[in-house]
Amino acid sequence: MEATSVKTSATFQGGVHPAGNKELTSHKPTVTAAIPKRVVIPLSQHIGAPTKPLVVIGQEVKKGEKIGESGGFVSAPVHASVSGKVVAIGSFPHSLGMDVPAVVIESDGKEEWAAAIKETPDYLQLSPEELKKMVSDAGIVGMGGATFPTHVKLSPPKEKPIDVIILNGAECEPYLTSDHRLMLEKSTEIVEGLKILMRILGVRKGFIGIEANKPDAIEAMKKAAAGSPEVDVFAVQVKYPQGAEKMLIKAVSNRTVPAGGLPMDVGVVVQNVGTAAAIYDAVRLGRPLIERYVTVTGRGVKDPKNFLARIGTPFSQLIEEAGGLTEDAAKVIAGGPMMGMSQYNLDVPVIKGTSGILVLPKAEVSTKTYGPCIRCARCIDACPMHLQPSLIGLFVEKGHYEDAKDYNVMDCFECGSCTFVCPANRPMVQWVKRAKRELAKKKN
Amino acid sequence: MEAAPKEQPKAQPELIVSIGPHVRAEESTAKIMWTVNAALLPAALMSVYYFGLPAVLVILASIVTAVVTEAAIQKMLKKEVTVADGSAFLTGLLIAMNCPANIKLHIPVIGTFVAVAITKQLFGGLGYNVFNPALIGRALILISFPKAMTTFTQPVTTIMSMDAKTMATPLTVLKEDGLARLLELYPHIYRDLIMGNRAGSLGETATIALLLGAVFLLIKRYITWHIPVPFILTVGVLTWMFGGKEGLFTGDALFHMMAGGLVLGAFYMATDYVTGPSVRSAQIVFGIVCGFLTVLIRLKGGYPEGVMFAILIMNCFAPLLDRGMRSRVFGKAEAMGVKK
Repeated sequence: MEATSVKTSATFQGGVHPAGNKELTSHKPTVTAAIPKRVVIPLSQHIGAPTKPLVVIGQEVKKGEKIGESGGFVSAPVHASVSGKVVAIGSFPHSLGMDVPAVVIESDGKEEWAAAIKETPDYLQLSPEELKKMVSDAGIVGMGGATFPTHVKLSPPKEKPIDVIILNGAECEPYLTSDHRLMLEKSTEIVEGLKILMRILGVRKGFIGIEANKPDAIEAMKKAAAGSPEVDVFAVQVKYPQGAEKMLIKAVSNRTVPAGGLPMDVGVVVQNVGTAAAIYDAVRLGRPLIERYVTVTGRGVKDPKNFLARIGTPFSQLIEEAGGLTEDAAKVIAGGPMMGMSQYNLDVPVIKGTSGILVLPKAEVSTKTYGPCIRCARCIDACPMHLQPSLIGLFVEKGHYEDAKDYNVMDCFECGSCTFVCPANRPMVQWVKRAKRELAKKKN
Repeated sequence: MEAAPKEQPKAQPELIVSIGPHVRAEESTAKIMWTVNAALLPAALMSVYYFGLPAVLVILASIVTAVVTEAAIQKMLKKEVTVADGSAFLTGLLIAMNCPANIKLHIPVIGTFVAVAITKQLFGGLGYNVFNPALIGRALILISFPKAMTTFTQPVTTIMSMDAKTMATPLTVLKEDGLARLLELYPHIYRDLIMGNRAGSLGETATIALLLGAVFLLIKRYITWHIPVPFILTVGVLTWMFGGKEGLFTGDALFHMMAGGLVLGAFYMATDYVTGPSVRSAQIVFGIVCGFLTVLIRLKGGYPEGVMFAILIMNCFAPLLDRGMRSRVFGKAEAMGVKK
């Protein structure tokens, strides 16, 4: 009864095997987090131009009401995630590490939806253009963490025809289980979202790629896709960064995205499974992106959980709902342990790209300094882009940014595999970021 | 845009902030170095078994010199003292493995001092040395004390023996007196090579013990096959082709692969991370050329053994090999195709 293909051997060359630690939350059904008394909704939650505020202090807003207008093509509007009153507009801390403009809404607890929100039961009858507009208006961005506005990916230039859409359910970051739970709990919505994507792009083949360590999710997605021969569920090898766009495309379709290129160069569009579910909500139910799955996990919280949380919910509230910090909690990370950002202020809000909040206890946080490179080549073996991180690190350490460029530092997508394996504890990702920044400065 | 109303920020817990990744593999430079030291333990024990107390003294003298020299120089240069990482210990141990058992102790002490002080620390310390420190140390004492470094004792089976008879190594016998004399002196040459019952440096003797440690390092992935296997196979093929007295393809490949310092050099010294290439394809080339140079020296050169000079010569070329054989970026070929 094998209706769909299974290829657990499918993968890319390189990568690492950090401890998964997903058992902390993978079996726990998602709970709806409390409606926050006060949400902080950043006007920029995506890659691209920030939005312009549409509200003023004191204004009443309904749930789902647009409060930030898209600032250009590569931008996405933001919406009120609760009904209530705008109490502040100003600069607030953001999980990316700086303060950004945000709208603060105090909830009135009424949970009234905005009038504009209406259902569309026969959504597959709509034209691709109409569907795309609904996605764009709903403020949907890549929910795997990259937060690239989705409608931009759905508007490829004519000379780049798309023939494959891949939904990313790899969830290769350790600890995180929000996509895993979503695939178990919203499998039909994900498949419907994929079909909407396929209709928008006129694509006949859709894949869902899931790491083989989530057999129940693979089973659930297969079941949801059983009546849809155009949708295939793929089990891919358990290896970090299997969920990186280029690596997933290689594993699922055996296509290689050219260096410096985009998935559309090989006819592929990749979307996160969460994005697909959000697209379904936007199109079928008319609901903009105002909530998402967030895993609150790690041995630094007392009761790790998966939450369905409103955008704008402070980290501190979700951590409290997960039992609070343990005595020895030492590091709070927005996202997973490989690519996530460590936080210094727990009032930062959940944004569209917040897949998890990871709290590590003191014993699991390394504060070791780094030593000299012993050229063991572990980073070269680990690099999924086949770079030489050791040399790039040595160049940047000495300020030779042009040499780092010559060794293709710009092709690095900062997955952190090199730094993970380094026996000398060298901060290669940090150096790569520095090289990119310095090279950008020189260019300007 | 209106200014944010002034609010009393909530007290934040004390948190550690750093750039990711926030988890690390459980590996460290020290763990690697001490594991390589441990892998040499069987061979070191075998040398003690065959050569007795003199072997112990050579090993101790070399290791103590290495550790003390490294600590002293790091102190003088006001650097962090890093002798606990096992790297100086390893240099000392390797030099001991490259000395005859009955050598006067000041010789390995001088070699080790030069290896650690000049070859390693003065070039910038761990990670920055161009040449394998142990091999430079050995080259120096081989050239400075040629007699002492090539006077080998016959293995003895009584552990405390101090008055062993001298004897030439199998490679020297083969080079100077030919195969007949070799078989006369060593009637069970293969068995002797494998078990270590032959004259030679401490670490040149027991092939089986060296291989045991090498397999352990390969399984732990602390070394890979890319340098040692092509190195040894190249020596085998070339000596089979050109090593025989009766014309082409009559050489004794097995003898050449097990004799001298080849197994020690290929698995424990050519694989030194710092002084070899780090690109895998470059490592294969490095290994093959090391093998070629070894055979050239053994068959045509002035020394009976060429492993040490072969590796040292190739150390110079390691950065060049890495540069010339850079790994191709994922999607680079496709990117070039697109541009066309």
